[in-house]
Amino acid sequence: MALLIEQVLNGVQSGVMLFLMAAGLTLIFGVMGLINLAHGSLYMVGAFAAAAVASATGSFLLALVAALAAAAAAGALVEVLVIRRLYARDHLDQVLATFALILIFSEGVRWIFGSFPLFLDIPAALSGPVMLGPITYSKYRLALIGIGLVVALGLFWLTQRTRIGVQIRAGEADREMIAALGVDIGRLYTFVFALGAALAGLAGALVGAIQSVQVGMGEPVLILAFVVIVIGGIGSIKGALVGALLVGLTDTLGGVALPAALSLVMDLSAAQATGAALAQVGIYVLMAAILFWRPRGLYGHG
Amino acid sequence: MAERWINAGLLAGLGLVALWAWAAGAPFTVTLATKVAILALAAAGLNLALGIGGLVSLGHAVFFGIGGYAMGVLASHAQAYDPIFTRPFVFEGTKSMPFIWLAAIAVGALAAWVIGRISLRTSGVYFIMITLAFGQMFYYLAISWPAYGGEDGLSIYVRNGFPGLDTLDPIQFFGICFAILLIVLWCMARIAASPFGLALNAARQAPTRVMASGIDPDRLRLWAFVVSGAVTGLAGALYADLNRFVSPTMFSWQVSGELIVLIILGGVGRLCGPVAGAALFVVLEQWLGGLSEYWQVFLGLLLLAVVLAGRGGIVGLLARVPSRG
Amino acid sequence: MAEPRLSLRGVTRAFGALRVSDAVDLDLRQGEIHALIGPNGAGKSTLIAQICGALRPDAGRILLEGRDVTAWDVPRRARAGLGRTFQVSSLASEDTALQNVMLAVAGRGGRLRVWSRALGRGDLTAPAREALAQVGLEGEAHTPVGALSHGAWRRVEIACALAMAPRALVMDEPLAGLGTEGVADLSALLRRVKVRAPILLVEHDMDAVFALADRVSVLVGGRIIATGPGEAIRQNAGVQDAYLGPVS
Repeated sequence: MALLIEQVLNGVQSGVMLFLMAAGLTLIFGVMGLINLAHGSLYMVGAFAAAAVASATGSFLLALVAALAAAAAAGALVEVLVIRRLYARDHLDQVLATFALILIFSEGVRWIFGSFPLFLDIPAALSGPVMLGPITYSKYRLALIGIGLVVALGLFWLTQRTRIGVQIRAGEADREMIAALGVDIGRLYTFVFALGAALAGLAGALVGAIQSVQVGMGEPVLILAFVVIVIGGIGSIKGALVGALLVGLTDTLGGVALPAALSLVMDLSAAQATGAALAQVGIYVLMAAILFWRPRGLYGHG
Repeated sequence: MAERWINAGLLAGLGLVALWAWAAGAPFTVTLATKVAILALAAAGLNLALGIGGLVSLGHAVFFGIGGYAMGVLASHAQAYDPIFTRPFVFEGTKSMPFIWLAAIAVGALAAWVIGRISLRTSGVYFIMITLAFGQMFYYLAISWPAYGGEDGLSIYVRNGFPGLDTLDPIQFFGICFAILLIVLWCMARIAASPFGLALNAARQAPTRVMASGIDPDRLRLWAFVVSGAVTGLAGALYADLNRFVSPTMFSWQVSGELIVLIILGGVGRLCGPVAGAALFVVLEQWLGGLSEYWQVFLGLLLLAVVLAGRGGIVGLLARVPSRG
Repeated sequence: MAEPRLSLRGVTRAFGALRVSDAVDLDLRQGEIHALIGPNGAGKSTLIAQICGALRPDAGRILLEGRDVTAWDVPRRARAGLGRTFQVSSLASEDTALQNVMLAVAGRGGRLRVWSRALGRGDLTAPAREALAQVGLEGEAHTPVGALSHGAWRRVEIACALAMAPRALVMDEPLAGLGTEGVADLSALLRRVKVRAPILLVEHDMDAVFALADRVSVLVGGRIIATGPGEAIRQNAGVQDAYLGPVS
């Protein structure tokens, strides 16, 4: 039972981190109609910035600030230089150009930092376990859940309660209307893109402390975030949250249950490897099933 | 320049480079030409779905990989003298290329049918994301399959055979791949010029017109996707035979992205776009890769320039005709 | 009297509480141009969508030559002989006029062979050229549709519909944006076409409607409030109130 609760918490933790990625992607798609494959690169940029600053200053907080700033800056720069030329293009051009950006970012970061993974230490204040009723759980992972939920609340507040949220939602509905409202669309788009980038960078830095920081870390997360968006419905923040939790739980619980089940029929180490990979497959089966049932995702419209 | 002369020139050039390298005793260059032919074949498969049908599949690595594994599974069982299954009947592996090709085409088509049935329920950006996700699913399936090497993949000690030829001789293996490429391109030209091709091309531009003409565009797209998957599957089997090795990386999303890049560099929807794109890609990989370990930065910049400057690719540039929109 | 080529019986469709089609009865008889008019928002577009199969009615039946096609999708209705033209161009703009019309010929026979040549062999090109000739565009057969004038692509749309050997035609504002001379030309063409297949005509140009139509139906708020010869509709007090405004 304690194990189950722990695994559910792990699932929620990986789910909220996925949500940080998926929220940015879904906002960018919802507002600008852009599919951004390079979102995983911004995740990587955040992680590398955090690792570099942490090793220079020893401060995790400064590392997080650096991750947010570097990813937001990289996002804004890329938006101004490249992305803004793609809004009016078809999805094929967007895929190609952002694929090109992945190549540039990945190999560029490899050029600067080399191919070896960097490590980002969990801050002392958050290391070690915490007692949660009957179970002990990692303090840091619990903090990740908290941060993720705070960001989710912040995003709901931003999109539902603020002036800029009104503009964002108007932009989703009708670009001409928002122009008629006298909003500077160019600046709004740059802001939304940089916001999405900052969220991705934050996720990269936070996850970087429990995994390693290396080139290519962003793309598997990016693809999972796509799955999240497809499940939740493109453009819906709520859908992104529900989808992210579903995917996180499927991955984590499948990763525990499948090796256990497989160990009945094969030896333990093979069962571990096969089960973990099959849990990943389970995510895509979940996606295919939801799509078959609702081609526009759980909260998609149109 | 007329596109048919460019096509003839491209294909003749590829054949002549291989022959010249063979005569000059440069087997590595022959192997590179073989790689061009195989990548061109894979991209030619995608070109039917993407170039004519407008289906931006970011998961064609599935078919490339599945063709590779069709080869790997059949050949590894044959080299171990171990039947693949014995009930309800004995099914032996094989080291014979024609049978391997048939198997690769069949599994490629079958996978494309299943994935197409699900993915084509959606369109646009959903389709892109879903095909990408299916690619990742097959990647993890391949990793999770310890009987066939899991993450490490499968090695084949001796290249598979073709009756009457020595496939270990680079120029003979090039000849096989080149001949298949020519046959498939000829088939693609016929398909593009057929009523089916006409309707598929129209379905990309004007699906409502196609429906009002009494044709279901989704059926066209599904068949295009199936043929496309079969061709890319065949290319995967050849690619695995070229390397005598198959691993889950053949399923990776980078492969899917690179196949699209080949088509874009060469020219979308153009018969020999994939050939020009594959040739350019392999040349860049060798040349830039020789200059810098980080050559993909430059590939990225080039790709960005091609996309932002407008499409049409090499063949479009040579033909100086307006690019497709 | 001969059976109507196309008939609607009690066709009803609601979006939420709004009834966009309210028990619509309509007949399209052999040889006629039957105009469907109504103010904006009257439900013309949704009615057309239901006739052509893009939208399923909540209740009622749609009959094509007496066959109940209510459950059929768009392509199947098209193959059964329901031709249509669109308000905005539906043509493949990179393809030539001939290719666009050939598509319609191919669809009619289900002749989507993967292996035979579309161009060159007579089985698709001959009927397609014939249809282009009927709309007076045989000279533009090899022009990409994107390069044709507005009036010409309206004609290509009609050629596509004709190439299907239709039993009934639905035309959505074929005269829009054509100018006086274009309207006259196209009106003459429609009069020739109606002999082969009756036309359900949705049109805003009232002068053209009353000049062309054998019968007119008036749709207001999803209901047909009157059907009859043009002159009778013009004089109908209810129609004037609801739609045409007072006759000056």
